[in-house]
Amino acid sequence: MSYQGKFRVWRGDDSGGALEDFTVEVNEGEVVLDIIHRLQATQAPDLAVRWNCKAGKCGSCSAEINGRPRLLCMTRMSTFTEGETITVTPMRTFPIIRDLVTDVSFNYTKAREVPSFAPPKDLAPGEYRMQQVDVERSQEFRKCIECFLCQNTCHVVRDHEENKEAFSGPRFLMRVAELEMHPLDTADRVDQAQEEHGLGLCNITKCCSEVCPEHIHITDNALIPMKERVADRKYDPIVWLGNKLFKR
Amino acid sequence: MPELERHSFDVLVIGAGGAGLRAAIEAREHGLRTAVLCKSLFGKAHTVMAEGGIAAAMGNVNSSDSWQVHFRDTMRGGKFLNNWRMAELHAQEAPQRVWELETYGALFDRTKDGRISQRNFGGHEYPRLAHVGDRTGLELIRTLQQKIVSLQQEDFKEFGDYEERLRVFQEFTVTDLVKDGDRIAGAFGYWRESGRFVLFEAPAVILATGGIGKSFKVTSNSWEYTGDGHALAMRAGASLINMEFIQFHPTGMVWPPSVKGILVTESVRGDGGVLRNSDGKRFMFDYIPEVFKDKYADNEEEGDRWYTDQANNRRPPELLPRDEVARAINSEVKAGRGSPHGGVFLDVSTRLPAEEIRKRLPSMHHQFKELADVDITAQPMEVGPTCHYVMGGVEVDPDTGSSSVAGLYAAGEVSGGMHGSNRLGGNSLSDLLVFGRRAGAGAAEYVRAMTDRPTVSEDIVTEARATALKPFQTEGGENPYTLHMELQQSMNDLVGIIRRQGEMEEALQRLEKLKERAQSLTVEGHQQFNPGWHLALDLRNMLLVSECVAKAALLRTESRGGHTRDDHPVMDAEWRRKLLVCNVDGDGVSVEEKPQIPIRHDLLDLFDRAELEKYLTAEELS
Ligand SMILES: Cc1cc2nc3c(=O)[nH]c(=O)nc-3n(C[C@H](O)[C@H](O)[C@H](O)COP(=O)(O)OP(=O)(O)OC[C@H]3O[C@@H](n4cnc5c(N)ncnc54)[C@H](O)[C@@H]3O)c2cc1C
Ligand code: SF4
Ligand code: SF4
Ligand code: FES
Repeated sequence: MSYQGKFRVWRGDDSGGALEDFTVEVNEGEVVLDIIHRLQATQAPDLAVRWNCKAGKCGSCSAEINGRPRLLCMTRMSTFTEGETITVTPMRTFPIIRDLVTDVSFNYTKAREVPSFAPPKDLAPGEYRMQQVDVERSQEFRKCIECFLCQNTCHVVRDHEENKEAFSGPRFLMRVAELEMHPLDTADRVDQAQEEHGLGLCNITKCCSEVCPEHIHITDNALIPMKERVADRKYDPIVWLGNKLFKR
Repeated sequence: MPELERHSFDVLVIGAGGAGLRAAIEAREHGLRTAVLCKSLFGKAHTVMAEGGIAAAMGNVNSSDSWQVHFRDTMRGGKFLNNWRMAELHAQEAPQRVWELETYGALFDRTKDGRISQRNFGGHEYPRLAHVGDRTGLELIRTLQQKIVSLQQEDFKEFGDYEERLRVFQEFTVTDLVKDGDRIAGAFGYWRESGRFVLFEAPAVILATGGIGKSFKVTSNSWEYTGDGHALAMRAGASLINMEFIQFHPTGMVWPPSVKGILVTESVRGDGGVLRNSDGKRFMFDYIPEVFKDKYADNEEEGDRWYTDQANNRRPPELLPRDEVARAINSEVKAGRGSPHGGVFLDVSTRLPAEEIRKRLPSMHHQFKELADVDITAQPMEVGPTCHYVMGGVEVDPDTGSSSVAGLYAAGEVSGGMHGSNRLGGNSLSDLLVFGRRAGAGAAEYVRAMTDRPTVSEDIVTEARATALKPFQTEGGENPYTLHMELQQSMNDLVGIIRRQGEMEEALQRLEKLKERAQSLTVEGHQQFNPGWHLALDLRNMLLVSECVAKAALLRTESRGGHTRDDHPVMDAEWRRKLLVCNVDGDGVSVEEKPQIPIRHDLLDLFDRAELEKYLTAEELS
């Protein structure tokens, strides 16, 4: 049941690097991260990789496998044929630190730019009442494990370094949507999404939703509804006023 | 030698899980300049993996619940070895801490009348666990992370700098605590990314580093769990208690091999899942211990009725405390009634409609589908015990989280006492918040009251640096990965779920040899993001902590909670009155007995005398 698998792993740092070939044992039921760990233990002790939970819950082990953005710990070896060479490279959109590890600080900067939850001032802790149907929309977005694969994939920044300043990326546009749809949030976030976070740059290609390991419908449930709210407001001042008054 | 990076703060929090983040929020809200240090990225600490929920007697689903009932359940779960003051504070304050999360933006699942929903869990008398599907830990950590961001935004408004009073240093490992005489003076460590060393000067340090599971082969814990905080505290002169008590969670995945140990949440059972052996029998009915007989159903019909009518039925034995269930599974497998891959069957597919399973247990559904090709809505899972949680940890003052070393605090899994000999599910997340907050406040008070700040001597820094660099200087030494594997195997086989004197003695001999070999580890490459080097440094901590576990376990000649002795199978009321305390002694560990603090009378009065007689000595009862 074991076999010798062929791997090409990108090795290097911010000054450059190259794909390196390895032949390594693969056993039944393993995932790509197991193979990377075996490489560390047997052939390349200083191979850098980020991981933590090994169960698809923390979003640390993001990389590209045969060019496709994936979690290393949730990609089973059985999805490849035994003869296939598997190429593992770091996420492309973020600067390289070393080997498979990239500098994801872009995401933390963007997170900080989204104004926080603004609860109603008159509610004491313990007095919050919300219906399940009303929290479910934001709960879907809160499933996000911050793997940043969507951020890595979105073409707005993947091939356009210059857009990074103006565009928060699908993860954080979704965070804005999450707060906007929170039943008790009192802030107005529609204009913000458009003006501060670059919602207008998204042209709803859905590439982000396709790579999301949590299968969150980022585009359909967060980005498009936000765009609709922006459009409504632009064309209909009454709706805009209504939204503002009757929120909650 | 490159220039040493230096920072100075009022309070240093080591760890960015639930305990660390809550402590940091508290210290910052007290107006102190606070730093959080963590080994992985911000928002990815181990807490993120918690699934089932957070226990708090809010009484939203069953209004009979109260802190007193929660306290009782916690003491029973811990077989009365708990620090009762911690159990009391925990039960009283958990609801406030959960409600507070809502004000930070958390979105828990709701009841019909719009309150926070609560679910059943092993050992809890009423539905008590606030939850978000089976990803409660993610909600907890993201909420605290976002609260930290919101505090940073306030600082930005006020000072033009997000990090004026609260700063997170991520992917940073602390290797040593630094003292000035008897007091804490800061911490020393390295950036994982660059390998560069940093000295943090701070009069107060809060340890919130989590557990020790990576010393065992089969574990639900991640690489972060190398017992760093436990070891740092000991080396700084603090003591650990209850280290013999390790929780083996009854249900970890057993197949495929590469995911062996990964957790299957207890909610599966809380929501109706049952355990069966290879004969298809619900074997837990055969394993209800005497002390729990009046609380658990002795037939399937009653157990099943309990899910809909808790007032008139006793709960099913699948929901016994974890230690009982783990031992039962172990016995079934040993008796040859296990599943094909050496576990037993856990089944919800015949108990709930597929749609309901997907809704209540989404991440379990996902996990089994992706990792094991098993559809839990149609097939049973195979499960077996996995090393999950350490009850033991730094001995602290319950009210402030202070250790015996001035300026050193601990909260969360790294602290000891709260859970006694066995932790109830859901009681950790609440523990993190209650005692995280208390440690944050305790440290803040300490710093406030201080008249002169400690200073750090350069010698200590030089020494800390030399220790950290040693693996690069040694040539032809051993590979840290090999040593780690041997350690895990030894602890698993010899100090695991069922223990025997001879085996533990052998474990101690092996640990001695491993310790010697660890003196000459060799790592290749350079200091930049080098996992081999990181492991070499972590090994020092794992070895020290493993020695505590093995030595304490050898001394405690009874079985209680997360400590089961084949050669001393019964619980002994005399032992309940004793704590085993571990301290550093030379390059090893010494363990001493210390009397347990007697339980306050009004708290004892919460129990029936008949129940107390099962746990307490005649002398204590008189
Ligand atoms: C799979 C799983 C499911 C669980 N489910 C539940 C549940 O449903 N309910 C419940 O109550 N409990 C549950 N638990 C237990 C609970 O999650 C943990 O006990 C708890 O999260 C520990 O939190 P903590 O804040 O103490 O530490 P952690 O969240 O583990 O954080 C430790 C932090 O310390 C940092 N750190 C460690 N060493 C160093 C160092 N040397 N230098 C710098 N930083 C360091 C780490 O990087 C990390 O940030 C579960 C545990 C697991 C493994
Ligand atoms: S849908 Fe929008 S955010 Fe998502 S990948 Fe396409 S452009 Fe980017
Ligand atoms: S939305 Fe999905 S892909 Fe994007 S960071 Fe979150 S989990 Fe990852
Ligand atoms: S290691 Fe946590 S998601 Fe892969």
